[in-house]
Amino acid sequence: MQWQFSNDAPIYTQLIQQVKVGIVTGAFPPGERLPSVRDMATEAGVNPNTMQRALAELERDGLVYSQRTTGRFVTEDNTMINQAKRSLAQRHVKTFLEAMLRLGFQREEIIDLITQEFGKEDGTHAGA
Amino acid sequence: MPVLECRGLTKRFGRTAALDEVSLAIEPGRIVGLLGPNGSGKTTLIKLANGLLTPDGGYIAVCGAAPGRESHGLVSYLPERTAIPTWMTARQLLDFYGDFYQDFRRDAAEEMLDHLNIRPAQAIKQMSKGTREKVQLIMVMSRAAKLYLLDEPIGGVDPATRDYILSTIIGNYNPEAAVVISTHLIADVEKVLDEVIFISQGRVALQSTVDDIREEKGMSVDALFREVFKC
Repeated sequence: MQWQFSNDAPIYTQLIQQVKVGIVTGAFPPGERLPSVRDMATEAGVNPNTMQRALAELERDGLVYSQRTTGRFVTEDNTMINQAKRSLAQRHVKTFLEAMLRLGFQREEIIDLITQEFGKEDGTHAGA
Repeated sequence: MPVLECRGLTKRFGRTAALDEVSLAIEPGRIVGLLGPNGSGKTTLIKLANGLLTPDGGYIAVCGAAPGRESHGLVSYLPERTAIPTWMTARQLLDFYGDFYQDFRRDAAEEMLDHLNIRPAQAIKQMSKGTREKVQLIMVMSRAAKLYLLDEPIGGVDPATRDYILSTIIGNYNPEAAVVISTHLIADVEKVLDEVIFISQGRVALQSTVDDIREEKGMSVDALFREVFKC
């Protein structure tokens, strides 16, 4: 897992997002046991209490669950993982649209640009 | 009970007050950044906490007792300058720490030295400056202390060594103990800290958690520091 942090948001909220991405992309597969808080904190280079706080929040959302003696596990509920995936995607789309509107693009122009970009990608695939 | 507590703590050098009525409390399980520009009183506070200096006024306590012989067993101190005997080998240094401190976890120290490929027979004086700093930090973090006082642990070392030092601090985290890190290299330590204490001209300017600052101000602690201490 690559951990990256920006300066304008709390660290625990960024950890929540990044662990979610890890779960959605399969870096932390469904049903799998998560490393210990200390190991995850060391890997991410963050304070263990902050990591603990992020994981507790994910637990409240149901994406991870605790088993009293054995540790924390990723949910096996695929519906829930797909929901998380969708909400991550929606965030990206929202940020993208905000940037495009700021640049002065209209709805149709944006859709056109996206379709064009997809066309280019298909082209490269076909060429290769 | 706080691991470190100060109330109205004052220390003067001649006419200047290096610390002026400082009150603060540090709870167990916390990693706290003691942040301030040069000459703001960070080192003075650390030296008062481990009994190297005595206060001119106010109250300071480590786990409820005034710094002294008892508290030396509870406090693990990394001075600003490397202070390990350079004529010793790594193995002799392990013996030395084992003799001095009942809470020294020799296994942990050996494992960390091994991880850095430092041979037990290697003499400290043959090591580079960065390696010596790593070795001293290993010794300090290998004690099962209640309070770790780290005075500028990441000043003057390269970024890779800095990462190593910070991950050593995280890896040795103990919920019963508190770690105080004094530094002005805030951007590097910010993510590792629970709380920060800004000190300015011998006074506490702010005590807050890192994520509260980021949440309320929408900026990093580093950015806030630059704003507060703008020259």
